[in-house]
Formats: sequence, C-alpha cells, structure tokens
Amino acid sequence: MDNQKQSILHSRLQSYTLGIAGVGGLGSNAAISLARVGIGRFILVDFDRVEESNLNRQYFFREHIGKYKVEVIRELINRIDPTIQVTTYKQRLEPGKMAPFFKDADVIIEALDAAETKTQFIEEIQQKYPKKLLVAASGVAGYGHMDRIKTMTCGTLALCYDPKAKSSEEDVLMAPKVCAMANWQADIAITYLLEKE
Amino acid sequence: MTLSVNNKQISYIEQETVVALLKRLNFTFPLLVVKINGTLIPRESYDTTIIPKDASIQIIHMISGG
Repeated sequence: MDNQKQSILHSRLQSYTLGIAGVGGLGSNAAISLARVGIGRFILVDFDRVEESNLNRQYFFREHIGKYKVEVIRELINRIDPTIQVTTYKQRLEPGKMAPFFKDADVIIEALDAAETKTQFIEEIQQKYPKKLLVAASGVAGYGHMDRIKTMTCGTLALCYDPKAKSSEEDVLMAPKVCAMANWQADIAITYLLEKE
Repeated sequence: MTLSVNNKQISYIEQETVVALLKRLNFTFPLLVVKINGTLIPRESYDTTIIPKDASIQIIHMISGG
C-alpha cells in the first residue's frame, strides 16, 4: 500500500463537508466509511432512534437501542477521528423544507427509505442546489444479483441503481447489499471530490 | 431526428410532453426522476414540459429501501 498517497488523499478530503439525509442502512454505513477516509465535516439529518430490527444492516450495536441515530453516528465518527466536526439534526425531512439543512455541504448523500421521500428529496435538492453533487440510491432491497448494481450519472445527480430490485415493502433489507450500496455511494462521493480539483 | 432516453435512441415527436413520452414508453411506475439535458423536471411540470429536439433524457425509477 502507498502510505504517502493514502495520507495525501486523507488530508485533501479533510476540507470537505458531506451532508447525509437519513442515517439508516445507507446513511450509517456511508458515514462510517467516509469518516475513515478523511472527510472533515458531516451534516447528519434523521429523526429516528435505533431499534433492534435495524441491527441486521445498520451501523449500530445493541447498546445503542433507543438512542437517536444521528447522536450514535456522531459518537462513532469521533471514535474514529475526534477532530471530525459532526452537525446533527434530529428532525424529519418534511416536503418543502428539505434543502436548507444541506446549504454548507459539498456533496449530499440521499440515504432515505421510502421511494416517495427519495423522489421528493432529489427534486428539492436538485432545484435548490443544481450545482452540488447529489448521490442517491435506488433498489437496495433483496440479496443476490449484486452485479446488476450500476452508477447512473445525469448532470449533478449520481445514482447507485439496481433497476430490477423489488421495493423494501415486497422484499427484505439485508446487510450485504445495503452496505454495498452505501459504500458505493461513499465511493462516488470521494471520487467526485478528489477528481474535481 | 431522435431522442436519447437512458442512452437508447427513440423517435422524436413534435410538441410531445413528458407525460406523453412516459405513456409512449409504457412507464407505469409512479415514482420517477426525469432529467432532460441534465435539468431535473419537477413532477408538477410533466404535463407542461415539451421535449426539445435531440434531447438527452434520463428516466430513473425510485424504489423504496434504505
């Protein structure tokens, strides 16, 4: 491994702010990977608390049950690197009010669950911040067929996409595919940040 | 003249709206993201937005789960 290159990339990523909408299966796993590679500041938005049913795919442990997800992820990020700044909002993303949280983000990750909220979020963010990269995901449910996942890029919207997946109402959500897509989103985000300079 | 939809070429129809295009392509999913030449088209504008000549269109189907 090229340690010098690794350290250069880590310090370049420190100047960036990542906004994450939803800190469940996609958001919690993406946040941890992005903290490990050096992102310097996070904005996390999620109203929810950790439940036992989240432990099959989300980056939480048994002792976190009942706690706010954004608070737990802030603590875990700071266990990786105490200098990372984490701004948390324990709020639901309501239609018409989604964009302002992410004003200071260089890249925004859509990590929401319901298709309706995802679509609404993409519309609001792309209209309010047409120049910011928005990394979304669609089709995270199920297992197998991981080779169907692809990146679809249209302008400043990049989508990690399995077009043939069923929705989470009709299929299961499991760690291997959810974590793969979360990390796929994280990889799109850092690639953009490292290559835009 | 043609249109590009998700990188596939289809025929261009004059004065076609987004609603008409989605119908022509048999998109029945309720939750789509539509971008024309890189610009996002909000859902409330689907019936008033006319597809321009030689447009590059991306239509993405949003699926629940996260």
